[in-house]
Amino acid sequence: MKRSVAASLIGLAALYAAAVAAEEVTSLRGHAVTDDADDALNKPTLAVPGGFGVAWEEQPPMIPHPIDNYSIDLRQNGCLKCHSPATFETAKAPKYTDTHRVDRDGNQLDGLAPRRYFCTQCHASQAGAMPLVENVFGER
Amino acid sequence: MSDQAKHAQPKRGRKAMLILLTIGIAIGILFWGGFNTAMEATNTETFCISCHEMEVNVYQEYTDTIHYTNRTGVRATCPDCHVPKDWTHKMVRKIQATKELYHHFKGSIDTPEKFEGERFRLAQNVWSQMKKTDSRECRNCHEFDSMDYTEQENRSSQSHQQAEDAGLTCIDCHKGIAHSLPMQYDPEQDAPGKSSFYSRLDDPHGQTISPQEQ
Repeated sequence: MKRSVAASLIGLAALYAAAVAAEEVTSLRGHAVTDDADDALNKPTLAVPGGFGVAWEEQPPMIPHPIDNYSIDLRQNGCLKCHSPATFETAKAPKYTDTHRVDRDGNQLDGLAPRRYFCTQCHASQAGAMPLVENVFGER
Repeated sequence: MSDQAKHAQPKRGRKAMLILLTIGIAIGILFWGGFNTAMEATNTETFCISCHEMEVNVYQEYTDTIHYTNRTGVRATCPDCHVPKDWTHKMVRKIQATKELYHHFKGSIDTPEKFEGERFRLAQNVWSQMKKTDSRECRNCHEFDSMDYTEQENRSSQSHQQAEDAGLTCIDCHKGIAHSLPMQYDPEQDAPGKSSFYSRLDDPHGQTISPQEQ
């Protein structure tokens, strides 16, 4: 008796999990975010010499080149190959600013602060997809 | 009668010579062909990943990269990058590889942890070697001369032309494109032309000093 109750409970749980999994996550584009047919996903990343303008004073600059071949992981941060104080001159790339060396307690560190390690948290590369929401920010 | 015997002697000798020569040539071809076939058999990806050191570590990483799958369907396998194409250098590399056999049977890197422990030293061996040979194996397919800079993205085009002018070589910028980079690799220490990762170039048998310790 006990065993059959347990079995049916497990069965119910499995059914519920399947139902949850089947429910698709939709986006502003109107279909699943994982839908490969979405044009925006397949657009090549823009490469813009000179970079994008910023729309407001403290906007993190957008990344004007593809970043598929750089990894930011446990081992290292590929962005630093060009954007670090030691390499930006050779690479002719913008250096990350000193604000990126300040940790959350306001201490100035020697290198990149851990909370700034994942560049793509704030800086994004651009695909040239149509904006889904009207942008009221002007070019600064 | 005696005249005939005199003539038969050198004739028989010549015949024996001919037979010996034919047998010699046949054996030569057999051995040489066999040797080359055997060497080519060790020059395949299947052979490389028959050792689990290669299969579980470096091979898995490589399958995620552009040299494994790409839009045009051209694949570079292990020996394409790690074994020289021309005979002399190939032989040298093959003889050096006997050391790898020794370490395979000794089990020097038979767990991912052991491999990770040695990765920095091993990677620097390869980088130093590629620097020394002007990235010879890369250049079997990629050459500055055959690059159409107008087809390249702005940054690539600029960097390639600068690198060409500065006399740099592929590995100066393209490290870790087919395998994961070592934990100790610091991109800040690897500015093109100012890299501190070729220490194994001058002292191939010395201890590796990571840039942090220097």
